[in-house]
Amino acid sequence: MKRVAAPHLGTIKMRLTCPFCGERDHQEFTYRGDASATRPPMDNGSIEDHNTYVFDRTNPDGEHRELWNHTSGCRMHMVVTRNTTTHKISNCEPVGPWTKALGGKS
Amino acid sequence: MSGFRLNLREGLGRAVDHDSKINFTFDGKNYSGRVGDTLASALMANGVSIVARSFKYHRPRGIFSAGSEEPNALVTVHSGARTEPNIRATELELYEGLEAKSQNRWPSVNFDVMAVNQLPGKAFSAGFYYKTFMGPSRPGHKATQFWWFCEQLIRRAAGLGKGASQADPDKYGRMNAFCDVLVVGAGAAGISAAERAASAGAKVILCDESAVAGGALLSSSELLDGALAHDWVADRLAELAENENVTVLTRTTVQSMFDDNTYLAIERLADHVKTPGKHQVRQRAWNIRCKSAVIATGAIERPIVFAGNDRPGVMLADSARRYVVEYGVSPGRAVCVFTNNDTGWLAARDMAKYGVIVEAIVDVRKDVPDAIRAAGEESRAEIFLGAAITATSGLQTLSGAQISEFSETTGEVGRKLKKIGCDCIAVSGGWSPAFHLTSQQGEKPVWDAELQAFLPGEATSSWHVAGAMAGKFGLRHAFRSGEEAAVKALAEAGLGEGESDVPRIEGDEIDYAPAPVFEINTGGKAFVDLQHDVTAEDVRLAHREGLVSVEHLKRYTTLGMATDQGKTSNMSGLAIMAEARGKPIPDVGTTRFRPPYTPTALGAIAGDAYGHLASERLTPMHDWHVAEGANMYANGPWLRPESYNRSGESVEQAYIREAATVRKGVGLVDVSTLGKIDVQGPDAAEFLNRIYSNGFAKLPVGKARYGLMLREDGMLFDDGTTWRLDENRYLMTTTTAGAGQVMEHLEYHRDVVWPDLKVALASVSDEWAGVAVAGPKSRNVLKACVNDCDVSNEGLPFMGVRQATIAGIPVWIARLSFSGEMAYEVYCGAGWGQALWDALMKAGKRFQIVPYGLEALSTLRIEKGHVAGPELNGRTTPLDLGLGGMVSSKKNFVGATLLKRDAFHEESRLQLVAIKSIDGQRIRGGSHLVKGNKDQPGQTEGNTTSTCFSPELNCYISLALLEGGNARHGEKMFATNPVRNMHVAVEVVSPHMVDPDGGRMHG
Ligand SMILES: [Zn+2]
Repeated sequence: MKRVAAPHLGTIKMRLTCPFCGERDHQEFTYRGDASATRPPMDNGSIEDHNTYVFDRTNPDGEHRELWNHTSGCRMHMVVTRNTTTHKISNCEPVGPWTKALGGKS
Repeated sequence: MSGFRLNLREGLGRAVDHDSKINFTFDGKNYSGRVGDTLASALMANGVSIVARSFKYHRPRGIFSAGSEEPNALVTVHSGARTEPNIRATELELYEGLEAKSQNRWPSVNFDVMAVNQLPGKAFSAGFYYKTFMGPSRPGHKATQFWWFCEQLIRRAAGLGKGASQADPDKYGRMNAFCDVLVVGAGAAGISAAERAASAGAKVILCDESAVAGGALLSSSELLDGALAHDWVADRLAELAENENVTVLTRTTVQSMFDDNTYLAIERLADHVKTPGKHQVRQRAWNIRCKSAVIATGAIERPIVFAGNDRPGVMLADSARRYVVEYGVSPGRAVCVFTNNDTGWLAARDMAKYGVIVEAIVDVRKDVPDAIRAAGEESRAEIFLGAAITATSGLQTLSGAQISEFSETTGEVGRKLKKIGCDCIAVSGGWSPAFHLTSQQGEKPVWDAELQAFLPGEATSSWHVAGAMAGKFGLRHAFRSGEEAAVKALAEAGLGEGESDVPRIEGDEIDYAPAPVFEINTGGKAFVDLQHDVTAEDVRLAHREGLVSVEHLKRYTTLGMATDQGKTSNMSGLAIMAEARGKPIPDVGTTRFRPPYTPTALGAIAGDAYGHLASERLTPMHDWHVAEGANMYANGPWLRPESYNRSGESVEQAYIREAATVRKGVGLVDVSTLGKIDVQGPDAAEFLNRIYSNGFAKLPVGKARYGLMLREDGMLFDDGTTWRLDENRYLMTTTTAGAGQVMEHLEYHRDVVWPDLKVALASVSDEWAGVAVAGPKSRNVLKACVNDCDVSNEGLPFMGVRQATIAGIPVWIARLSFSGEMAYEVYCGAGWGQALWDALMKAGKRFQIVPYGLEALSTLRIEKGHVAGPELNGRTTPLDLGLGGMVSSKKNFVGATLLKRDAFHEESRLQLVAIKSIDGQRIRGGSHLVKGNKDQPGQTEGNTTSTCFSPELNCYISLALLEGGNARHGEKMFATNPVRNMHVAVEVVSPHMVDPDGGRMHG
């Protein structure tokens, strides 16, 4: 079975501004989940904490910070601030070892 | 209705070429029409009244409208692979040789046996499907016995036309376009907006769904700058098209509005010819990104609902007028107009002007303005005010209308006034703005009590509405609102205001506000949704049964759920519901329109991304495999050899031979498709140690290790070997299908989770070609071609990795085994792949080396109990697959913590076992493991995952996941596959069926 990218008839179609590449169709990106979920540190073996990291999500109505990867572009990760009701995107900031060098938050 | 062509003359039949002739067939009968006709206008001109049967009751139906809102006149065009159902005859441009067929009829549209559906009366009323089929069930099934009996009958009776089962032979294209201002709809408002935007230097795309742009201007009786509106619009469009900043797309329907000013439009390039030209694209999907948009999609006339309103001959008033003016076709010999607003009167006047006999104008209003009364006099029709049509008569088609007194304030029907003979009722119940596109974006429409219509809600992104769709009816308002919308759009695009050249308009200034009458309720069968056969009574029934939400109403009655999405029926349905609930219309609310605006060919969505144009990855040795007669098989995005069939061999015979050769001699297989990731950096070892469930921190340089990757929830994610090439450099291999996901997984952890680790990742899957050489004689083959590296057991021990040269090609050799035999993987730069393959074949010649394909590769690993994709199904843990030993308890890693959850350690979990066929039957993948015989199989206790015939064990075997499988070796069961009617006696055994202590690969 071949998978092909096709224009969407009825699904969401957004434009994201990659901090590295500029404005692109969202089809170039992969959604990677809630950016507020942080993996417990390596010395934390608490099932409860890991459970929170993997499963607990709030599904907010309004502003949501979420992680996207520019998979069909530069492959960099970014935190996108998106309004879940209007799909309005208010911010895209880079994430990764290089963010400090770019002046972003680490 | 018995339509006919009028005597074409100047100003009449503006859309058609008066002197042309086009031949076409409808239901196999020959007809002729003119260039510029639609199928609908041509059928009408030929006096064809019944063009379809309705969906549920199979009642005869005629042409109802003149545009994309058509609910009735759906036809199937073409034949064979090009067959396309549900095409609106009102949009289908006539071409020489057109073949169209009516739908929902058997044996013919004029005599349909399924029409008896309407005899039992209530049988198919609203909720019929729910009520009839809820009841005592057959064990294990939700529906009743009766459903099973009826299903076939209903499936055949229902449905709107049949599509083709063959592949679509046509080509479809895709276009990405960018502009400052997109204008949707090229009527008066759209043209005004496009001109204004273009005057400011904006890049403009102007789309119109019709073959000829112009909208209402095409049939307008007004004069613009002293010219016929039809001619004026042609001049203006020609001017626009000449502007290099403006793209005018006709036959282009903007189907969807998305976030961030992105739109999808479908352009029909070759639907107006019999077949597309050679290499011609039939339809093209436009992805349009604009800075701002003007939506000027006009309005759709709606009917008044009355008893007998579905007889062929009842149609929308303005559509009837358009057939006369644009196509020169009279919709009937005697027309009766029924209206609640001024539109009907103008339709009567214009039709009469060109020779159509208008018998009567029936208006529910007690009084009308003088100008309108004058228009009525011009039509020479008998006028009935404060009256309504309360019934119709006719056998198959319309022959008469009953006119009765009617009060627009109380809705009460009074005494009968007159019965008029007519074969066409042109009905107008007012206009509904076509806000479908903006509704897709979640804007709640706003009720306008004056216009008795919903208007588009406020915009939340950069679009502006204009013309009738914004409630700005009439040409003057349309031009002005188009300009205003364009000025706002220009501002958003960062451009100046521009200027307009608004034409001088001479003609009617009418009031489009209708009387608030949607239905004449006399108790007779009055249809609201013509396409889905929903009656006014069905809506009231839904209300009586307690369905108050408009969303529930829609689903219960299927009102507005047909292919037309209720373009002409939603408003009446809402009004009737509101009346039943005793509430104002806006309190009942509207449903949301969904994309696409009109039905869209799937081919246009797929575009050119199918068949041989879909991305397909080939290994460097691909041509050799093909030349050697291999069956190529899709594995993820790659094509791989399934088996190399010798003449007369089946795939099964070939793979059994190949696998057996590897076990006793030597074989080689192309493993270039494995995912390969180069991992480098001072923290690479730590990174891998966190990613894999088994230890990687202490892997020495020159060694490879098999590793398991888990998802953070503890489930197995992927597996493969990783080779330490240097102190800070590793080559990771992944499964073929998992390569992309693994790369994303690593990048996510590197960037987001542990940004402090110094690691660089690069996908090198395409950079390396790989060949696995396997079998007891594999070392002999390597010895014969490698001379700068000791490949003996001491020089290259199990899991060792070495650099070497083969036939002058620099290679990496790793001693790994997937087959369980002594084996090596040899990697070289992809460009050298074929040369390496040739060298290995040459060196292996005297050891009778054979190439083997995916099937043999799979057979060897199944015999060995090695897991692959079917076992790594996203629901198995390492413990389930007997890989608990590879889960380190000394370190934290991705998935370590959640794998500790109790449920993952229960003995009843599905665990990996193997099964052997006892009775010699083949075991199928996806079979269920049960204890009972074929008649009483009992509950499933597991399922087969990977199956093959084992040459080593000389029987059919399979890996399987079985409840508590670890403790059940030796048990006798059945592998049942009811779909294939197979029930195989099997024995549960350890998955390590061949060489369980691993002596062969370590030797
Ligand atoms: Zn990017």
